[in-house]
Amino acid sequence: MRICGFSLLIALIAAPAFAQSADVTILAATCSGCHGASADGSGGIPGLRGQQQAYLANQLKAFKAGSRPATVMNRLAKGYTDDEIAGLALHFSRLR
Amino acid sequence: MTSLSRRRFLAGAAGASATFGMPAIVYGQAAARVVVIGGGFGGATAARYLKKASPQLQVTLVEPNRRFVTCPYSNLVIGGWRKIDSISFGYDRLAKSGITVAQDSAAAIEHDRKRVRLAGGRMLPYDRLIVSPGIDIRWNAIAGYDEKAAQAMPHAWRAGEQTLVLRRQLESMPDGGLFVMAAPANPFRCPPGPYERVSMIASYLKQSKPRSKILILDAKENFSKQPLFQDAWAKLYPGMIEWVPVGKDGKVVKVDVRTKTLESEFGQQHKAAVANVIPPQMAAKIARDSGLADQSGWCPIDASSFESRLVKGVHVVGDATIAAPMPKSGFAASSQGKVAALASVAMLQGKTPPAAAMVNTCYSHVGKDYAISVAGVYRGTTERLIEVPDSGGTSPRQWDDENRRLESIYADGWYASITSEMFG
Repeated sequence: MRICGFSLLIALIAAPAFAQSADVTILAATCSGCHGASADGSGGIPGLRGQQQAYLANQLKAFKAGSRPATVMNRLAKGYTDDEIAGLALHFSRLR
Repeated sequence: MTSLSRRRFLAGAAGASATFGMPAIVYGQAAARVVVIGGGFGGATAARYLKKASPQLQVTLVEPNRRFVTCPYSNLVIGGWRKIDSISFGYDRLAKSGITVAQDSAAAIEHDRKRVRLAGGRMLPYDRLIVSPGIDIRWNAIAGYDEKAAQAMPHAWRAGEQTLVLRRQLESMPDGGLFVMAAPANPFRCPPGPYERVSMIASYLKQSKPRSKILILDAKENFSKQPLFQDAWAKLYPGMIEWVPVGKDGKVVKVDVRTKTLESEFGQQHKAAVANVIPPQMAAKIARDSGLADQSGWCPIDASSFESRLVKGVHVVGDATIAAPMPKSGFAASSQGKVAALASVAMLQGKTPPAAAMVNTCYSHVGKDYAISVAGVYRGTTERLIEVPDSGGTSPRQWDDENRRLESIYADGWYASITSEMFG
């Protein structure tokens, strides 16, 4: 019983971090198919890792609004809310 | 969640916490076990995401082939643009990342005992299971088209030896020969695939055998990215390609291997120099045999987690699923694999899976420096799977050469990224 309690305690300590990052983890996973598992980009597809948060958020919003021309990103950015864009921008800016 | 799997998981969490300076107390208990069946886009991606999300998990990937040949980009091999080695990948890096790769095929899933029986006889117990089995061909759905016929009239719809059979036949076809493709009705793996293939073959014939013709006999009335493909064909390969929809007697119902003849619904005979028969398909055998497929031959899923609607504790991803409006594409399978992996980890912790978000971008090469795409962003709930309104869609028809060229570059970039995410 003590062991169970101890394990549970650890699970509870670990839980909040996982819960907070869960949504952005799954959203960021929709980017990595093209931008790469480490978000480094590939062959003309730009890297996202460590880019400035404001830059990323502004570009995604511009893609969404159609004010920045693109091939596929105009179509894709329209699939994310402004909050999700903010979350993704923070996520990729913090990737090291 | 059973108390056993909960104990396993928590014990695993305690073990992992040792790296943060806390004592590891694991009284003979093992970490939770997830088995993944199928090492393609859905399965390989799922295995990697399981390990990434929860390093203490015991992840076993069941895959009979030592090397995986991707269906995406296999049309470029058929067209002579690429060599097959450049689209073939091994599982060494997955093994190095701590995933157990079982080089065997899954013979049966014993749901009641929560274990997978391998063809070689080994049993793999699991706490959760992810099945990404791909497709099987419906042999004899087209009369005369069985496994043996596929040697003479390749389908090349599972990449590998079949890809090379078709390539060799095209190489030995005389100039002025007729290439005939039989394209299937929906749903089938890779909706734009037949038309990308025709484009790649046209590029080869235009260069090497310019008097040759291409005839597409189609079992449907329209196809993916149709105006974009047809614009490209008119521009790049004028007069070479004829497409016959089902309404104009395009559906092939019978083939004769000996004479390389394809027969339509209303009895028209088409004699080919090279014939590529892409037959109707269904979820692969292991999914059908283990109660994961419904009467349609495909697997219904809960789109919030890609858990089977028919068997609890088992997730199904990729081409085998009923996941419309998502297409049966490698990209979609990979995206679904990520959702299933993260949902599995959450469910092993007794939590609700994170909200499911998926994406797909299907690029098709149609000629040199000329590619087109269709993209979609999706959300899944227990009730339904939807494409986010006003998002996605195809490349615009009126685009200039520069945008087409950029899409060909991004297509190559996508292929490098997604295969690296799986195998790199």
